Amino acid sequence: MSAQKKFVKFFSQYAVVIIFVMITVAAIPPSGLSIKYILQEIITRLGRNSFLVLALLLPIYAGMGLNFGMTLGAMAGQVGLIFAVNFGISNWHGLLFALLVGLPISVFLGWICGLVMNRAKGREMVTGYILAFFINGIYQFFVMYMLGSVIPMGNRAIVLSRGYGIRNTLNLESVRQSLDNILVLRVGGYAVPVVTFIIIALLCIFIVWFKKTKLGQDMRAVGQDMVVAEAAGIPVEKTRIIAIIISTVLACAGQIIFLQNMGNLATYNAHDQTGFFAVAAILVGGASVTHASIANVFIGVTLLHSMFVVSPLAGQKLFGSAMIGEYFRQFIGYGVIALSLVLYAWRTRKAAADARLGLRGGTNGSTKVSAVKNGANGAAGNGGQA
Amino acid sequence: MRNLKTFIEDFGWPRIIIFFFLIFLFIMAPFVRVRLDASISDVLNRFGQNAIMVLAMVPMIQSGCGLNFGLALGIVSGLLGATLSLQFQLHGILGFLGAIALAAPFALVLGWFYAKLLNKVKGEEMTIAMYVGFSFIMFMCIMWLILPYNNPTMVWGYAGKGLRTTITVEGYWLKILNNFLAIRIGQFFVFPTGLLLFVGLFAFLMWLFLRSKTGTAMTAVGSNPDFARASGVDVDKMRTISIIISTFLGAVGIIVYEQSFGFIQLYTAPSPMVFPAVAAILIGGASINKASMVNVLVGTILFQGLLTMTPSVINSLLQTDMSEVIRIIVSNGMILYALTRKIKVSK
Amino acid sequence: MANGSPLLSIQHVSKDFYGNVVLHDVSFDLREGEILGLVGENGAGKTTLMRILFGMPVIAETGGFQGSVIIGGSEVHFSSPFDALDAGLGMVHQEFSLIPGFTTTENIVLNRESMRPSILNDVFGDRMSILLRDKMRERAEKAIGKLGIELDPDMLVSEMPVGHKQFTEIAREIDREQTRILILDEPTAVLTESEAEVLLQTLKRLASEGIAIIFISHRLQEVLAIANRIVVLRDGHVVKDTPNEHVSMRDIASWMVGRSLGETGARSEGRKFSDIALKVHHLWVDMPGETVRDVSFDVHKGEIFGIGGLAGQGKLGIPNGIMGLFPAGGEVILEGNTVPLNAPAKALAMGMGFVSEDRRGVGLLLDESLEWNIAFTAMQVHRQYLKKVLGGLFSQRDERAMEDLCKEYVSLLDIKCTSTKQKAKELSGGNQQKICLAKAFAIKPSLLFVSEPTRGIDVGAKKLVLDTLHHYNRDFGTTIVMVSSELEELRSICDRIAIVDEGRIAGILPPTADISEFGLLMSGAAMEAVNA
Repeated sequence: MSAQKKFVKFFSQYAVVIIFVMITVAAIPPSGLSIKYILQEIITRLGRNSFLVLALLLPIYAGMGLNFGMTLGAMAGQVGLIFAVNFGISNWHGLLFALLVGLPISVFLGWICGLVMNRAKGREMVTGYILAFFINGIYQFFVMYMLGSVIPMGNRAIVLSRGYGIRNTLNLESVRQSLDNILVLRVGGYAVPVVTFIIIALLCIFIVWFKKTKLGQDMRAVGQDMVVAEAAGIPVEKTRIIAIIISTVLACAGQIIFLQNMGNLATYNAHDQTGFFAVAAILVGGASVTHASIANVFIGVTLLHSMFVVSPLAGQKLFGSAMIGEYFRQFIGYGVIALSLVLYAWRTRKAAADARLGLRGGTNGSTKVSAVKNGANGAAGNGGQA
Repeated sequence: MRNLKTFIEDFGWPRIIIFFFLIFLFIMAPFVRVRLDASISDVLNRFGQNAIMVLAMVPMIQSGCGLNFGLALGIVSGLLGATLSLQFQLHGILGFLGAIALAAPFALVLGWFYAKLLNKVKGEEMTIAMYVGFSFIMFMCIMWLILPYNNPTMVWGYAGKGLRTTITVEGYWLKILNNFLAIRIGQFFVFPTGLLLFVGLFAFLMWLFLRSKTGTAMTAVGSNPDFARASGVDVDKMRTISIIISTFLGAVGIIVYEQSFGFIQLYTAPSPMVFPAVAAILIGGASINKASMVNVLVGTILFQGLLTMTPSVINSLLQTDMSEVIRIIVSNGMILYALTRKIKVSK
Repeated sequence: MANGSPLLSIQHVSKDFYGNVVLHDVSFDLREGEILGLVGENGAGKTTLMRILFGMPVIAETGGFQGSVIIGGSEVHFSSPFDALDAGLGMVHQEFSLIPGFTTTENIVLNRESMRPSILNDVFGDRMSILLRDKMRERAEKAIGKLGIELDPDMLVSEMPVGHKQFTEIAREIDREQTRILILDEPTAVLTESEAEVLLQTLKRLASEGIAIIFISHRLQEVLAIANRIVVLRDGHVVKDTPNEHVSMRDIASWMVGRSLGETGARSEGRKFSDIALKVHHLWVDMPGETVRDVSFDVHKGEIFGIGGLAGQGKLGIPNGIMGLFPAGGEVILEGNTVPLNAPAKALAMGMGFVSEDRRGVGLLLDESLEWNIAFTAMQVHRQYLKKVLGGLFSQRDERAMEDLCKEYVSLLDIKCTSTKQKAKELSGGNQQKICLAKAFAIKPSLLFVSEPTRGIDVGAKKLVLDTLHHYNRDFGTTIVMVSSELEELRSICDRIAIVDEGRIAGILPPTADISEFGLLMSGAAMEAVNA
């Protein structure tokens, strides 16, 4: 490969990252923010968001794309927190309790999500997205009508004045930053929430370890070629469901970590943007629909959030309107997702065309579906669609 | 008996449930002192407001591009047309038609680019369309702030620039269609003749188009692109035409909506407009690769009927406002159902 | 080499699909260390036999089979391919079933990885075990060693040359401790000549270590080179089971294609043609699985020109390429005018019609009415079946004319349907094929390509389809190019028959030529043999 070609390949692969770094760096001077302030913000936001973004990794390994259905886990975590506040369990015990409540819910929702996605192979992303909206309706119904009426709520302070349903904003004072504050390390004027980072590190270790297990290997196989994996005896559908369940459970824990740092819960829309921010972050970090690594997560959170920190103020300075910066960062977030999806679709098509080109050389039997194999994949065989 | 069963299978349980639920709501209405005539008038009005945006789904479904989650592009074109029409001080029917005429070039150009993109990403159209739509809405948010509009009814009073989030069309072309030949019966019932005629006109034009040579080719592309290609049809061109038409109808749809609703809603307002249109056509019986005028008609009436009736009836019944939750569950449940249904293209 | 009691014994196996007999009383044995060459035309029953051997669910679903399969002395009843694998059968497919992003090692041990339990096993089961990569690599190297070839255990499959992929597949079967019988289905089809040579050596080596091999190939010279015994299947019967001694390629070829007397209804009347309708010059077509490399031939005006050959050799690529459905190059001249390639609309407009072999995929709009199916192409190409509205301002579908057209063909071709509004997917295969023909006739082509016109339809419909083609040729002078895997069918109707092999024309024969000549051309034998 020539140097120029290498450069082009490198650029197309990291185009998103490079553009992002340039925009952010350019926006720092006009924002007027000190580097120290920005760094502290990034440290805080890394602790707040990384766990959620890490939850996206497994479904990508399993070939299911960006799991927009992770919002389901976030909702489970919120239900957990509501109960923790209701029972007045404070401090990190409250978080643990929220996790225990959220866990079975997120496993169940993850299982549903996996089943639904298995029915919509090849359309997982859009399906996950809509599923999140659908479950959101059920969540609203549960929190707004069931809690306080069918399910009694002891703590009247969190219930709407009409007697049932949870208030629009829930103060999480009792558990606020209880994880972050277990141990705060101050280095050179920066506050580092040590325990939060230890938990994130443990999750990273788990993911690295998980990739070495049989299940991790199967997930990679399923992600690359479902038909071949099925023929080799790997339970494809089950493996996909497990990937989504783990992702949903991690999203549940991630949302609890996120909210304890924020300190309050917008009961009915805290989860609206969870999937969007997480997906945008991992893509900004250089991941694609089919490839992602732990490094992508941290690079992405750092880049995305440093831009989020500087853009409103830069917008204010440059255009005289903070709203412009606000819209700009959302535009960039959505734009990055759109661009990544387009690049991915483009590359897949190009790869298919290249593969065909490669076959031009030999007499090939690539479409002769050999009988024995075809039979083995009876289930996979009828997924054909124009 | 078997006929009934296959009918139900083809039509799908969710639609039948929604249908009977709506019937139930209408039956219950008098008991909770909700006026039927007012309700029906309301349903008709909202049907007219939304039908063209639902109609916009038809060409892309027919040509095999799936559900147009990128309808926002069309809606934004319509917003550009509407705001320009106000900016140029066009009043009355001239203002309304002017808005459509001014929106058209935007819709054509955006639709063309949108088509170029979607033709390059076949098979992934829906997710990509959704995010292209979102990012375009955000881009336009910035534009609304900095474009040099200066009609005082439209811009923020204190800054003298930047468009307001909601702009009234009162005094320009408010209810220009609704009031045309409107028939008023009693105190509560108004039949929006002009609005429904306009919707009917567009549905008729679409019907004619689908029966033309191009329309036939487009349907064949959606039904089996390989067949169409082997018959000498340029598949990408047909898809492009369908996407441009869809975008243009989105633009017309939002302008019709605004003249009835009374306000132009800018900034992030277009994004929640898309899903109801998608849900409506699916409720009407369309699948992600087949849609007809009947689907548009039935779907819009059912969905808008549900949206109109649930707040009034259910709220009176249960003394609580569950309409929002029902709307979320029904519309997204319907889309989810369509996406996970085995596509009935026998191959 | 071959001694002792047979390792695999197939006894009196018969199988029919809904009355259509595919295998009839097939018996043969396979001994340890023996290489058995299994040859036969497409449709001879090889595929079905392999499906039975592997216990594919499709066999049980279609009523099972008669006879028995005996492995190592005891009768076996497999309910799934995985049972067959456990019993020691290994299969190497025509197409690669490898994971592209995995290394050689990972593919060889796919789903049989070496592992050790982890702490989470008790809670979440065996799948939480840790992979032992060193051990996996060791096993891969051992399997590769057995093959006696060079293969990098750490190379990604996506970066491998095709030959290596084939070896990886074989190594995967070898890695299975219990594999005693290896079945290879056209393993050399994708290989270069030198790679194929290495593969044959490898197979011999494996056989010498005691593994029994069933080698399925249409390349007869390869079969002759390595097989100990040759079994020839034809129309579901074992027509020959012979040791590989004093057997020539010509012998095998004639066993393969030979038909019982009387059936050979070569209809040629020795018609003479002068004008050339279609001239094809150095055509190449990039159709997956049916690549055409370099094909030149002429078709005379008024002729029925046949194109035959085995599946995958490129015969289907020829009409698909000329009609612009797959990327193609070269020169095609229709009655003196150059046909632009890669442009279906132009090919159609110039007066060529095409009945695709992919009836359901390309030939029909399954979800639309018969009227649409028949009239659509004519409407798009010739602007027929449209009526002008408002003084020609725009045009609309002429449903009445479409219905009339459809009715005309329904009675002409005896299409069984409830109404012309019926959806195409509701018809039987034979009637669907007639719709495809009607669609092509409706554009009144001067030259018609028909691809596999009788595939998958019953005998009565077959006859009607062939008669219709004959009728159009004789009575309307339509020049027909017919592509078919069924040699007998080609011989019964065509004036000349070209045989395609490996993307090239191996030869052109009159239908009256000896059957073994056809067999030889199909088997990739002597190109210089015959040229008509």
